[in-house]
Amino acid sequence: MNDAVTTAPGIVAVVLVTVATLAIGTWGLRFSRTTSDFFVASRTVRPGLNASAIGGEYLSAASFLGIAGLVLVFGADMLWYPVGWTAGYLVLLVLVAAPLRRSGAYTLPDFAEARLGSRRVRSLCSALVVGIGWLYLLPQFQGAGVTLAATIGAPPWLGAVIVAAVVLINVTSGGMRSITFVQAFQYWLKLTALLVPACVLLAVWAGDGAPNPADAAIPGDAFWSLPLGDGGAQGLYVTYSLIIATFLGTMGLPHVVVRFYTNPDGRAARRTTLVVLGLLGVFYLLPPVYGALGRLYASDSIVRASDVLVLELPRLMVPGLGGELLTGLVTAGAFAAFLSTSSGLTIAVAGVLSQDVASRRLSGITAFRVAGVAAVVVPCAVAIAAPDVGVARTVGLAFAVAASTFCPLLLLGIWWRGLTAAGAVAGLLVGGIGSGCAVGWTLLTSATTGWAAVLLGQPAAWSVPAALATMVVVSRATRSRIPAHAGRFMVRLHTPEAVDLAR
Amino acid sequence: MARPRLWRRSDSRRTALGSQADRATFRALHNASLASPALRAGLTVDSAERSLGHLRALLGTPAAALTDASGVLAWDGSGQHHAEDVPRFLPDLVETGRTRVADLACQDPRCEVRQVVLAPLVVEETIVGALVVGAAYATGGLIRAADEVALWVSGQLELAQLDASRTRLMEAEVRALRAQISPHFIYNSLGAIASFVRTDPDRARELLLEFADFTRYSFRRHGEYTTLAEELRSVERYLLLEQARFGDRLQVTLRIAPEVLPVAVPFLCIQPLVENAVRHGLEASVDKEDGVGRLSILARDLDQECVIEVEDDGTGEDPERVRRALAGDASMDSVGLGNVDARLRNAYGDDYGLVVETAPGAGTKVVVRVPKFAPGVAASV
Repeated sequence: MNDAVTTAPGIVAVVLVTVATLAIGTWGLRFSRTTSDFFVASRTVRPGLNASAIGGEYLSAASFLGIAGLVLVFGADMLWYPVGWTAGYLVLLVLVAAPLRRSGAYTLPDFAEARLGSRRVRSLCSALVVGIGWLYLLPQFQGAGVTLAATIGAPPWLGAVIVAAVVLINVTSGGMRSITFVQAFQYWLKLTALLVPACVLLAVWAGDGAPNPADAAIPGDAFWSLPLGDGGAQGLYVTYSLIIATFLGTMGLPHVVVRFYTNPDGRAARRTTLVVLGLLGVFYLLPPVYGALGRLYASDSIVRASDVLVLELPRLMVPGLGGELLTGLVTAGAFAAFLSTSSGLTIAVAGVLSQDVASRRLSGITAFRVAGVAAVVVPCAVAIAAPDVGVARTVGLAFAVAASTFCPLLLLGIWWRGLTAAGAVAGLLVGGIGSGCAVGWTLLTSATTGWAAVLLGQPAAWSVPAALATMVVVSRATRSRIPAHAGRFMVRLHTPEAVDLAR
Repeated sequence: MARPRLWRRSDSRRTALGSQADRATFRALHNASLASPALRAGLTVDSAERSLGHLRALLGTPAAALTDASGVLAWDGSGQHHAEDVPRFLPDLVETGRTRVADLACQDPRCEVRQVVLAPLVVEETIVGALVVGAAYATGGLIRAADEVALWVSGQLELAQLDASRTRLMEAEVRALRAQISPHFIYNSLGAIASFVRTDPDRARELLLEFADFTRYSFRRHGEYTTLAEELRSVERYLLLEQARFGDRLQVTLRIAPEVLPVAVPFLCIQPLVENAVRHGLEASVDKEDGVGRLSILARDLDQECVIEVEDDGTGEDPERVRRALAGDASMDSVGLGNVDARLRNAYGDDYGLVVETAPGAGTKVVVRVPKFAPGVAASV
């Protein structure tokens, strides 16, 4: 696999994606205009473009590589990952998108401060944003290592270091000036990189007589195509916990929330979310196709390291140059996935770090650069040091933490007048510590059977209700400390901008 | 208030924290500092409720209350039922302006409040209310203490008045800025439009509509903040009108990152800067070979902030003069530069003042930084 002919498309793909990202970010589509077309210059980002950018930032290594591998190994249950990652936007659309935009908050800590008027809640939210960001960055770097190892035979740490370095240079040099266009480009690149090979592979499959993946003779795995095949009560719990984590975790992801600020108003935020739902729906049709085809064509070695399935499948099914080119295309898509998600996350984490931690000692740009280094280096080091847990599973844990902390804060903050700062702090601590311990335990051990392992491996089903209940109970107990401006803030959150009233 | 209690428990001898008298002073100062933020909001039910606990701790009495000139705002401590007795002493207090002691007839044998001391609160030589101190018996010391605390509260209320008038001044300046559309600009714009009426009626009509929209935005009454998009739209109208008059002598370049257009900015914070830049650019264009004044407006996305730069290639300015203009020297002719600077600082803190880069002969660049989110800042459309 290491000879020059087979590695060339992969290297070319990685270099092209990197250069394109840097180029669009730095020079691409700079607005240079004269007054005659000022209206074009002062037009806000349209929902379609913004939705593409959200899609580009959101579709990470877990979506691009992880799902196909999980479907290959664990079967139909794993379809809940793509379903949940899409449906998260449905919850966002219905309950959060427009009010969050109307709140004027740029980050989640901003929202907490505006809603509850408390610096303490803000600091806690900042810590959680950094934690979730790092946890989410970790699998991106791991995935990059896996990808480079599979396509060009590089050592696993190299991919992580390359992606970390590119992101760091890009973010700290202010290279993401037209970030909306970069991320939108990445979405369409990722879609193409999965769609084109999928069409070719499906044609090959049809040419082979379209065998049913469920019939593939893999011993001891009769339940592949059946949901909850042999999971019993534990399987049921895991599935529900996964649904809760993915449905409710999306709204708490720092890089997603930041993008909603780009919408001019609440209505545009809703329209954007609707388009995002469509874009993600189309994209998530593809990874399960790879997973199913993998049942028929992948070798045993791939089943053991399932994250490389998407990268290896074209080569296995299409021999010769065609397969190599398709592999190059898929590699480009995977690399786009690492770059876009980790850029977005790094900016979000570095923003919070520079504003709430570093700015006390350093100024402006310096603070942001130092924060950027911290945002990237920590998860990169952990990714190299820690064992490979599986890209989609680690991202699933990040969702569980987000669902256990920011989801209760946003839902209650937006829809319940009675939330107090003390209630929010208590709920965030319960959800954050609960799910955080589960994450630590899961990353450090490898047991996957037994109730303890199941409860800690998928904490959302107990940690989300616990955090919600704590927030409600403590808020009721501290009823006298409901912020004075709560009623007025609620009016602002829920009144369409077109309605003329004093906010 | 755990700390003072701990000190008391330690011992009566001198410690590193000072003698007992020192510590009593610290306690008094601490209580005063806790009461002061609430009082700095003025004399209201809310501020009275929040400050009274600390004032009562300062006085060390069973009950304390704050009134305005007509009735009790809040009562802290025991003897709540006496709150309705207090208003009948107020007219006398307002008339004489002297601290007095009043006896309360109380049926409840356990009530600790038998007498009240009423000390007037004076703001700008007007009695605005009273500090009421309730005790079983009003000693000379208590009267003296009530008097002193009332004086201190009056001082805080006077500062509150000052804060309020400063805010009012700021609002008045915005109103003045709205009315500050230069008469020359109106006259010249209408003249330029008139010149198109025969030759290019369509353009004349468009320009008139732009003029109408421009004035409507500039004269709008409500809302302290607007979005950057709205502000830039108004700038655009202004520039279209100026270009109708000056034609090719004025060249404008815009580079606007669409991400920052929804950012909330103080109303009319870019417009005055552009007016200055146009004037400087055009003044200098007469001396130049091609006779063109260039102006560029740039808005960038910088993480949690938005950066707006307005630059001209005019004659530039002596930095010392700019410093005076920013300090609010009214004799300078920079339209609203000091005003914009003051409003930015007022809204976002001193880190966010205007930055002016200029030197004689080198043009001028004015940089505005605005955080994407600041507590209490929301654009009204």
